[in-house]
Amino acid sequence: MTSIRAFLFVFLTSIACVPALAVNPDEILPDPALEQRARDISANLRCLVCQNQSIDDSDAQLARDLRVLVRERLVAGESNEQIMDYVVGRYGEFVLLRPSFSMKNLVLWGTPVLVLLIGGIAAFSYSRRQATPTGVLSLSAEEEARLNKLLDEQDNSEQ
Amino acid sequence: MIVELGHYALVLGFALALAQMLVPFVGLRNNDARFIAVAPSLSIVVFIAISIAFAALTWAYVVSDFSVKNVWENSFSTKPLLYKFTGVWGNHEGSMLLWVLILALFGALVAIFGNNLPPRLKAGVLATQGTITAAFTAFLLLTSNPFIRLVPAPIEGRDLNPILQDIGLAIHPPLLYLGYVGFSICFSFAITALIEGRIDAAWARWVRPWTLTAWLFLTAGISMGSYWAYYELGWGGWWFWDPVENASFMPWLIGTALLHSALVMEKREAMKVWTILLSILAFSFALLGTFLVRSGVLTSVHSFATDPTRGLFILAILIAFIGGALILFGLRASTLRNGGMFHPISREGALVLNNLFLTTATATVFVGTLYPLFIEALFGEKISVGEPYFNMTFGPLMIPLLIAVPFGPFLAWKRGNLYGAFERLWVAAGLSLLVALVFAYVLYQAPILASFGIALAFWLIFGAIADIWAKAGLPKAKPAVAWARLKGLPRSSWGTALAHAGVGITTLGIVSVTTFEQETVLTMAPGETTQFVGYDMRFDSLEARQGPNFVYDHAVFTISKEGQTIGVVEPENRVYVASRMPTTEAGIMTMVFNQYYVSLGNKIEGTDQIVVRVWWKPMVTLIWWGTVFMTIGGVVSLSDRRLRIGAPKKIKPRRVDVVVGGPAQ
Repeated sequence: MTSIRAFLFVFLTSIACVPALAVNPDEILPDPALEQRARDISANLRCLVCQNQSIDDSDAQLARDLRVLVRERLVAGESNEQIMDYVVGRYGEFVLLRPSFSMKNLVLWGTPVLVLLIGGIAAFSYSRRQATPTGVLSLSAEEEARLNKLLDEQDNSEQ
Repeated sequence: MIVELGHYALVLGFALALAQMLVPFVGLRNNDARFIAVAPSLSIVVFIAISIAFAALTWAYVVSDFSVKNVWENSFSTKPLLYKFTGVWGNHEGSMLLWVLILALFGALVAIFGNNLPPRLKAGVLATQGTITAAFTAFLLLTSNPFIRLVPAPIEGRDLNPILQDIGLAIHPPLLYLGYVGFSICFSFAITALIEGRIDAAWARWVRPWTLTAWLFLTAGISMGSYWAYYELGWGGWWFWDPVENASFMPWLIGTALLHSALVMEKREAMKVWTILLSILAFSFALLGTFLVRSGVLTSVHSFATDPTRGLFILAILIAFIGGALILFGLRASTLRNGGMFHPISREGALVLNNLFLTTATATVFVGTLYPLFIEALFGEKISVGEPYFNMTFGPLMIPLLIAVPFGPFLAWKRGNLYGAFERLWVAAGLSLLVALVFAYVLYQAPILASFGIALAFWLIFGAIADIWAKAGLPKAKPAVAWARLKGLPRSSWGTALAHAGVGITTLGIVSVTTFEQETVLTMAPGETTQFVGYDMRFDSLEARQGPNFVYDHAVFTISKEGQTIGVVEPENRVYVASRMPTTEAGIMTMVFNQYYVSLGNKIEGTDQIVVRVWWKPMVTLIWWGTVFMTIGGVVSLSDRRLRIGAPKKIKPRRVDVVVGGPAQ
């Protein structure tokens, strides 16, 4: 259906697998600290059947299953890292909304730093080259005299 | 018949666009004044032809002519009239026709208002514009023709995607396209400068108003889209770092950089080569966005492979224009001489810093958006790059940039005085720190990072005020003198201050809503009352209703504080008849800048209960108010005398009625 791909509103449709609510009242843990941890973990996990939605924002059944799974493991006393590792082990790295710091993702994480560094060095050397007066030749005495004459003429004509 | 007329006009438009491309280029090559002179009239005729095509398609939508395949696929006879109009561009074919229409419109605008452009420059710009128009018209005719008929004609259409049946569709895409396509003019100017090997301050003066125009439309378009997503998607997010959003954000970032570098070029003749490169890049990112969205490559490399015709066609256009422009740039850039020297601490230096951070930010968004495709194509693995990545990379890049913004206008050209600038800014700095302290600690007991964000936001706002304050000569100048100075300030100074303050306002909204937002989710039955962030929310009623082309559940909540009713919110859950697709309409109550946001979930089977999700979003509307300030800043700057005189606008003859209307004798 081409209409779904309509420009820029793609995200309106595609990320909303099923519009509306995510976390349902029956899922919420009684312990607010634990619930907050569940939220933090959920925000970093992708709803696998949606386009660009965390499981926290999605109403898809799979997202719900994952939310429940995260909470069960939290209640069982696992740490955030243990839960993340378990989910990645089960669904692969695709489930992470923030890719790992691995060699494979070197370009991804390296780009901002590298562009800033190289650009910064280039801009700095450019401005230094600009600031050093070597490129500028001072006017010869003759040119100086001509310039003054021209400026005087202009002043006179303005008066 | 009218549809066929439109089809014919589109083909005619293509042929004329080819002429618009070829004739002036030949004229430029042979230095033939007659060939050069024909460019403006051709651009205007192309625009007329494509307008006729667009009008014909609109007519088919308005009368619900389902014998046209495009109308059948995307319309419905009982659809409200407004959405019959806006539905024209609510689909692939129609939106590409709108894209081409705006492309031709900008060509015609240069032709009409560019009377005082040097003829060769004007012809070169229009010929380049004609080339782009011809390429996209060919794309429309060959792969996405909106005028194809169906035999026999179906009785009823399949309806427009329900999410698009909103006022947002009327405004968002045209604004966005005006922005995207507006950069094509800068691109055409850059190409002409490279071909002609001539670029000077006058060139920058021509390009700046067009950049500014494209930028302010893009700003408004992105902001509008963000608000639309916010109230339509029903979970209160306003930016998702979705690839499609990023596709529009990248041209905006580069366009913002271009806006600033063109300033340096105009005033100081420095950064010429860089400005040309940015002009090319801004439109290249707009083309890239079109490719990403139109080809379906975003969903997956594989979905692209299943129906590659459109994608490959746009990819070919993309490679031809970007590649061609960059090759031309590589060959000719060295012929452009950079003038104007400056010290690192100067207005120029500040603008270089601006460009450095904005370009890095663009590169970051670019890599983040395309990396999953890259990994999938290279290793066959799937990874996701989502919001947490962008928050970790884009966020830190913005902080130094925003800290630097208020210094810029206080630094002199060539050699500035950083200490002197700070001397005039310390009041602004002190005030913003004070506000942040009061605001964050006393009011909310906020985390330290949020206080920093709030200080940063106010630093931008107070910095912009300090800029105007200092330009008026205050506090030393007498009020009358200061007033006279304020009146005499160039409009571009007001524009700068407004836009920079706008950035601060948006920042304030973002910081506030990400830190202090509260949400709750619960099941409620009509008649129940709940308490949330100090307000009582009573669930009055829930009833099933019938809309024009949808059925919906309509809920009414009354919000009150200490027994006093403050307002009513009415969220809805809709199901559209034709597509069976559900959508949510959030119920929103705005209190100054804060919003109370209510969204309905699923009904609990066998009871009269329903899941209700409520958000308290403090100062959320500032996010969009800030962009309103930025847009107004752009408009004010555009009306500056300098641009009006130098720029594509005819000077009106002095009006005679000034004398007639004078004091009576």
